[in-house]
Amino acid sequence: MGEFVLDSYDPNGFYCEMLRCPATGEIRDRLGRMPMGEFKRRAAGAEEALYRLGITFTVYTDSQAIDRILPFDAIPRILPATEWDQIERGVKQRVTAINLLLDDLYHDQKILKDKLVPAELILGNANWRPQMRGVKIPHKAYVNICGTDIIRDEKGVFRVLEDNARTPSGVSYVIENRHMMLRSFPDLVDEIGLRSVEDYGMRLVGAMHDIAPPERAGDPAIVLLSPGTYNSAYFEHVFLAREMGVPLVEGRDLVVEDERVWMRTTGGLARVDVIYRRINDDFLDPQAFRPDSMLGVPGLMRAYFAGNVALANAIGTGVADDKAVYAYMPRIIRYYLDEDAIIDNVETNICREPSALRYTLDHLDELVVKPVGEAGGYGITIGPRASRAEIEECRTKLLADPANYISQPCISLSVSPTLIDGAVEPRHVDLRPFAITGKDTWVLPGGLTRVALRRGSLVVNSSQGGGSKDTWVLE
Amino acid sequence: MARFVERAENLARILEVHETYARDKRGGRDWYTIVQLNADEEIFAEKYQSVSAKNVLHFYLADRENPTSIFSAVKSARENGRALRPLISTEMWVQLNVFYNRLAEIGDRELTPGALSPLLNEIKQACQTFTGIAEGTFYRDQASYFYRLGRYLERGDQTTRLLDSKYYVLMHDTDVTNMVNTGQWLALLRAASGYHAFRLLHQNDLTPWRIASFLLFNPSFPRSVFLCVREVDSALTALKSRYNLRGGNDVAEGLDQLRSILGTRSIDEVLTGGLHEFIDFVQRYLMAITDRLGAAFFGHPPVERAAWQHEELWPPLVPASPGGLQIQSQA
Repeated sequence: MGEFVLDSYDPNGFYCEMLRCPATGEIRDRLGRMPMGEFKRRAAGAEEALYRLGITFTVYTDSQAIDRILPFDAIPRILPATEWDQIERGVKQRVTAINLLLDDLYHDQKILKDKLVPAELILGNANWRPQMRGVKIPHKAYVNICGTDIIRDEKGVFRVLEDNARTPSGVSYVIENRHMMLRSFPDLVDEIGLRSVEDYGMRLVGAMHDIAPPERAGDPAIVLLSPGTYNSAYFEHVFLAREMGVPLVEGRDLVVEDERVWMRTTGGLARVDVIYRRINDDFLDPQAFRPDSMLGVPGLMRAYFAGNVALANAIGTGVADDKAVYAYMPRIIRYYLDEDAIIDNVETNICREPSALRYTLDHLDELVVKPVGEAGGYGITIGPRASRAEIEECRTKLLADPANYISQPCISLSVSPTLIDGAVEPRHVDLRPFAITGKDTWVLPGGLTRVALRRGSLVVNSSQGGGSKDTWVLE
Repeated sequence: MARFVERAENLARILEVHETYARDKRGGRDWYTIVQLNADEEIFAEKYQSVSAKNVLHFYLADRENPTSIFSAVKSARENGRALRPLISTEMWVQLNVFYNRLAEIGDRELTPGALSPLLNEIKQACQTFTGIAEGTFYRDQASYFYRLGRYLERGDQTTRLLDSKYYVLMHDTDVTNMVNTGQWLALLRAASGYHAFRLLHQNDLTPWRIASFLLFNPSFPRSVFLCVREVDSALTALKSRYNLRGGNDVAEGLDQLRSILGTRSIDEVLTGGLHEFIDFVQRYLMAITDRLGAAFFGHPPVERAAWQHEELWPPLVPASPGGLQIQSQA
């Protein structure tokens, strides 16, 4: 262990976010002057503070509920202005294309008629919502909140790994991590020229105003709909409701009458115009979707289709962030915008196509195989890391249902120096910027940097032992 | 006692927010604004060579010779508490004692970046604990009403100081898209613990005049000047009605007048007349109330404040706008 932070840090040949970036000179100097003991003390203090603030998610075991914090690493991930510029433009382009795609799919379906995307991929998709055909969405803004997962390969090239166009989470950590850094390491931030993340809540409210039913524009009543206190992201729901200054409600707090949505209050029913919902489509309205949903609001879809309430995100966006549709995204961008993708995809084999299936089966030990319908890093097989038995299990699943899988080359994600058991070691990171879209699209500078805390692990998801870092976009 | 605890809490709030949020475009922090805010330029210059974060923090946190430091405020609260010992609860006294002893052992290491924010939080919580203990244990006799009077007088005054500290930034940049200043406004609200309450009221409208209006006039925000004056008024009314105290009629009259000004004047009127001028007026008014309370109930000699006091009972009313008087005469 070195005397100062970064003293004995070695990125082991991976692309290092800190060392490869010339703009981090000053920050490296400051870390280089900070004694390890002090750094560890402050980092521990920061985690303690997160715990005290209740910035936790709950893990349920048979007998008890345990509050855990998302592990927070105090060495920031830094993005210089030029790199951020590319990411910001790339994310905006992607969100624009996704919204144009959704508008097309739920109206004219030109892209299917032109056979750019296989129709069965869309129309047979579990997240396709035929009820949305012909429904008009203000500003064609289907995806009001989008989280785009971006990785960086061994050459330092940014690539989109995944779009999250349903109910992406994690933005609360972006803002709380920043507050934590400002409290625990104010001297690291001084005079660095850091882009602020303070106005996310206001931007979100702005977008909700943009999509409110026109006759209710001006001062629409906005609520945040949460599945409730048992949801693992409940902290984030509370956080966002407070940042937006809007009521946090559960399904049972809302009622639909005359195709209008009302909120139960102590003073009677109050009209609701915009719902930022953190509940998936299929649980939203038991009359329209899953009849067994206890979380939803019966009749909500009738009010929605009548144009009396706006939902963010719109219904049916899940068809656009599907891992199989993802493979077509560069072509989709070109189709609607006549532009090349500003941030490339990771090269993807669509196993529903026979040649891609054959290729995947022949190279299972080199590829990452992902089921298309899953989120949270579940069901992934990483070829180079898998045992013989795991590879064979993957082969069986693939052959049974090829259309349910895609495969991608195994990319060595970039690393960032991370405090692990008292020493600073390289750990793989990704980035999830958040884009808000109403009349137009705005991207929160930075985003959530997730870090795979287990040595060598490429899986950054919080459900799989991931942590997070503050992301600094420099001026 | 109440006033000193409020003062310590408010100073801790200002320092914490300054340490954490109140940054300029490059992320820097100008510590001298805090010295200016407290009008301590002279005694600060006598003791310290430079305006570094370390010096300013030491001056306001731990400096035993600085009468406006948190240490001095808590020391004074404890001394008051000792004198009032027969009137206050044992728990209140214990809290003051524990708090004082904790502050007495603050070392330089706690004034370093990273350690400071937890320390300031601890101080704020110790003050809030004291306030909570008083609420739960203080026998509701005359002393307790005077305690309330002091607490709210000080709190109202501190809120005006907080607002005044940022008025320059607030008033000279109306560009709402400018995130640096948005950050300063948010810092101001956070310092007053008003951020979330404000967001509830104004989801999409973070303008300086709304913030100023909120801190001055909001009837429900526990630190607004209006609410504080209302609480002072109700404590005084209780003293007069329950304990038949005869003094303080002039104070009651003055409070009525101040309440009605705070309750009816719009922020637009205040801004046209000058926010700083209005704040100055409120501060002088609160000072006059303090003086008169002292004279009415404790036999304090009248305090020499300013020329207006010799001729007038209360500070001259600031006009709502330069043309305000004319409009009145036409009406």
